[in-house]
Amino acid sequence: MTDAHPVMLTELEMDALTELVNLGVSNAALSLREMVREEVILSVPKVSIMTREAAIANLGEGDGRKLVAVHQHFHGDIEGRALLIFPETKSMELVRAVVGGDLPLEELMELEQEALAETGNVILNACLGTIANNLQHNLRISLPEVVYGHGAEFFKLAPPPNVADGVLFIYINFVVRQRDITGYIALLLDLPSLITLKDMLGRFIERVGESGIVTRPNVS
Amino acid sequence: MTQKVLIVDDSKLARMAVTKALNSLRPDWTRIEASSADEALALIKQAAPDIVLIDFNMPGKDGLTLAGEIRQLAPQISLAVISANHQLEVIERARATGAAFLPKPLTEKSLGDFLNAATQ
Repeated sequence: MTDAHPVMLTELEMDALTELVNLGVSNAALSLREMVREEVILSVPKVSIMTREAAIANLGEGDGRKLVAVHQHFHGDIEGRALLIFPETKSMELVRAVVGGDLPLEELMELEQEALAETGNVILNACLGTIANNLQHNLRISLPEVVYGHGAEFFKLAPPPNVADGVLFIYINFVVRQRDITGYIALLLDLPSLITLKDMLGRFIERVGESGIVTRPNVS
Repeated sequence: MTQKVLIVDDSKLARMAVTKALNSLRPDWTRIEASSADEALALIKQAAPDIVLIDFNMPGKDGLTLAGEIRQLAPQISLAVISANHQLEVIERARATGAAFLPKPLTEKSLGDFLNAATQ
């Protein structure tokens, strides 16, 4: 099994995609900050494109831990599904961080679905929206849905995926109210969408990069 | 007067975007680039830039920490921190280190205003 997906991005395309994800995650932090009224600290996301199997393995399928995901479809020139994924053990932490205060556990559990869906919606929309805007394309994004289970199940949600589908896998770490919450964003794209994405990134780089020669002295 | 500008960003594409804006605003200025905080600190000692434009969100040392260190090392340098993350706390920390805050994606207008202020 190879981890890399057949649609390979060049180093500059990958750099551009990472920068777009970075912008998206920063926008997400800004929206989250509005929700929690406290600074949200986000790590620089690590971005890679991989096969579904590799993405499932990355989610720690081997140790059988349970996960929770906020799931949304997106449609446009690029079609696919976006998932914000946390270990289930962290999901209540996230709800506490977002809801704040000292709510009793019972009330927190009642709010859990809603808070997760809303947080996922904010983060995924900020990421997808920023990427789409910069690539000058429009995406329609469905309402969020919270699902519980294992990585393999998330990647098999309807509509059924194709063998050639790739996963744009983004690892982020964020801190809200001193709570360290690690999550993943997975964008599941079919082969034509991945090829379209590569093409759009190429045009984006052309738009940004009409620059002159830059002196870059060697640093010893 | 011609100035030397150091652009610090881990993303090559982001450096290209800043370069493009700088080229159009101040084509005669000298530009140098660093892809990390450590590389930037080495270049500051080696090349003595007048202005440093720093990305906030970088792996390793972030842009605000770097701005603070540059402030200690070379207080005469004009600093700007560039970030899509315009949370109040980030903007306040930038100001506390005496750095301007420029929102990302960078516009020629905001960069131009900063460069005007820096060279007055």
